[in-house]
Amino acid sequence: MAIELKEVTKTVGVDTHIYPTSIKLEEGRFNILLGTTLSGKTTLLRLMAGLERPTSGEIWFKGQNVTGMAVQKRKVAMVYQQFINYPNFSVYDNIASPLKVVRMPKKEIDARVQKVAELLKIQPMLRRMPAELSGGQQQRVALARALIKESDLVLLDEPLANLDYKLREELREELPKLFHDSGATVVYATTEPAEALLLGGYTATLHEGSFTQYGPTSSVYRDPKDLLSARVFSDPPINTAAISKRGDSFHYNETVSWKAKGKYASLPDGDYIVGFRPHHITLVPDNDEAVRVSGKVVVTEISGSESVIHMSVGGDTWVSLSHGIHPLKRGEAVELFVQTDHCFYFDANEQIIG
Amino acid sequence: MIDKTVNQRAWFLVLPVVVLVAFNALIPLMTVVNYSVQETFGNNVFFFEGVKWFEQILNSERFHASLLRQLSFTGIILLIEIPLGVAIALSMPKKGPWVSVCLVLMALPLLIPWNVVGAMWNIFALPDIGLLGRMINGMGFDYNFTQQPLAAWFTTVLMDVWHWTSLVVLLAYAGLSSIPDAYYQAARIDGASAWSVFRFIQLPKLKRVLTIAILLRFMDSFMIYTEPFVLTGGGPGNTTTFLSIDLVKIALGQFDLGPAAAMSLIYFLIILVMSWIFYTLMMRNEEQ
Repeated sequence: MAIELKEVTKTVGVDTHIYPTSIKLEEGRFNILLGTTLSGKTTLLRLMAGLERPTSGEIWFKGQNVTGMAVQKRKVAMVYQQFINYPNFSVYDNIASPLKVVRMPKKEIDARVQKVAELLKIQPMLRRMPAELSGGQQQRVALARALIKESDLVLLDEPLANLDYKLREELREELPKLFHDSGATVVYATTEPAEALLLGGYTATLHEGSFTQYGPTSSVYRDPKDLLSARVFSDPPINTAAISKRGDSFHYNETVSWKAKGKYASLPDGDYIVGFRPHHITLVPDNDEAVRVSGKVVVTEISGSESVIHMSVGGDTWVSLSHGIHPLKRGEAVELFVQTDHCFYFDANEQIIG
Repeated sequence: MIDKTVNQRAWFLVLPVVVLVAFNALIPLMTVVNYSVQETFGNNVFFFEGVKWFEQILNSERFHASLLRQLSFTGIILLIEIPLGVAIALSMPKKGPWVSVCLVLMALPLLIPWNVVGAMWNIFALPDIGLLGRMINGMGFDYNFTQQPLAAWFTTVLMDVWHWTSLVVLLAYAGLSSIPDAYYQAARIDGASAWSVFRFIQLPKLKRVLTIAILLRFMDSFMIYTEPFVLTGGGPGNTTTFLSIDLVKIALGQFDLGPAAAMSLIYFLIILVMSWIFYTLMMRNEEQ
């Protein structure tokens, strides 16, 4: 096990940044912290790095309690959203800086710098200054500095957030491989569910200073443990509605109903919450399990080949993600189809059923 | 072909600036140029003299002495105020209620009119009744800034440091607070010492504001007039007669308009050239 948090909390003054949190991250895994801004991602990374001391609880690193240990004594590296490099060092010296601090022989430094620069494709820029590089290259230099230390733990705090779309795609593709080959345990913080899915690995969803779920990324996405995890891991946001079960059917607003199938058939009568992702409520029915609901358009966003339609249905506001371009006007009546076979059902405590 | 509407209306937009610059810079400057090449007599009678006044000023020992004093003064206060300002900025709190207290305290000297600063320090440093003067004498030093050149210099420099270090502090503090916290974290993870953080992160990041601070302090101190005039009147003797004090003596004391105008222009050119050199030197690396 690479790093383990045991009942860690962090409070600053009267504000609680992290509620009691325990998690074990296996060695060599690519872990993703997924949560909105202020959900505590950065605080957790800083706690793991040792930049901050937990208010209570312990942090274990490779079987050793490192709770109060100074950050420079731990083998960690960190990369930030801003491109952090020493401004008046050349790229070469920037990459070499962590090794110079530990007074490694020059020859070995040179060999390692060349190797890392090749991996990150910045070999031609070694003589330049960071300010002369593009954002993507600057971030590559910062990543090279993290990589060259051969740290056991690499912390990435939204490293792609400040990059252009194209560069982001490019680096996102390389990142997991880079660190997989180094054998380091990686913790990658991001606000974007799509990014987590693309990166793969393991994902921990974070909400207001607590983990809601941790597991392989795709299974956290497919099988959310509760409504909160599903909300964190959905963009556009997941739609929810209060429903009730009577007999063998679910009822919404007394106007819409559908059959409870499979494991849901045996649910006792009562009130439940249904959740479905935006691409499971569409303008065209996908199959026989689709249920028709009617609502009014609030706003439509069209992006290339997809339309995001916000509409009000009953007292709820839902978001639909449909293929094709549908320039619907505000206030227009619209019929949509919810694919009930892709719905999540939660009990009154917002825990998943089944 | 596209029909373009051509009119000259845009000139009206720049007209206010043209008028303003003409009245507050060009016309006065041309007046000075006019004086600098002529001998002026009463009743507005002028004789053209060519570059005679320029030659006279450039060859005058009096001018050389004032220039040397001016350069020394500016050099000394830059050497003190810039490092001191940065040091104070570094030791100021980064957040919390004390930030505003410190900033207000720092800004206070900047709000005091120049002649008041001179008068304050004059009284403050008097050897018989001034707090500072009595204290220094009480410690066993023979100190009298109205009679000893060294004491006069010491007091003038001290006064300027007190008055203007704050400007450097405020600029450096603004520069420091614009450095993202991530830089410091990255340095901590690297195990960098406090000196390395200063040398390799803070100082390079402060380069721009320090260039501005040095330029401002250079120009201001090179033109200093009011404070030494009130404090020492340029004395004892003429040991604190800086360029501007000397210029006023020539122009208004002796009413030598020609030489004074020539000296003004030389003075102006020196400031212009030195500012340009400073700026170019400090920005040299930036453009590479």
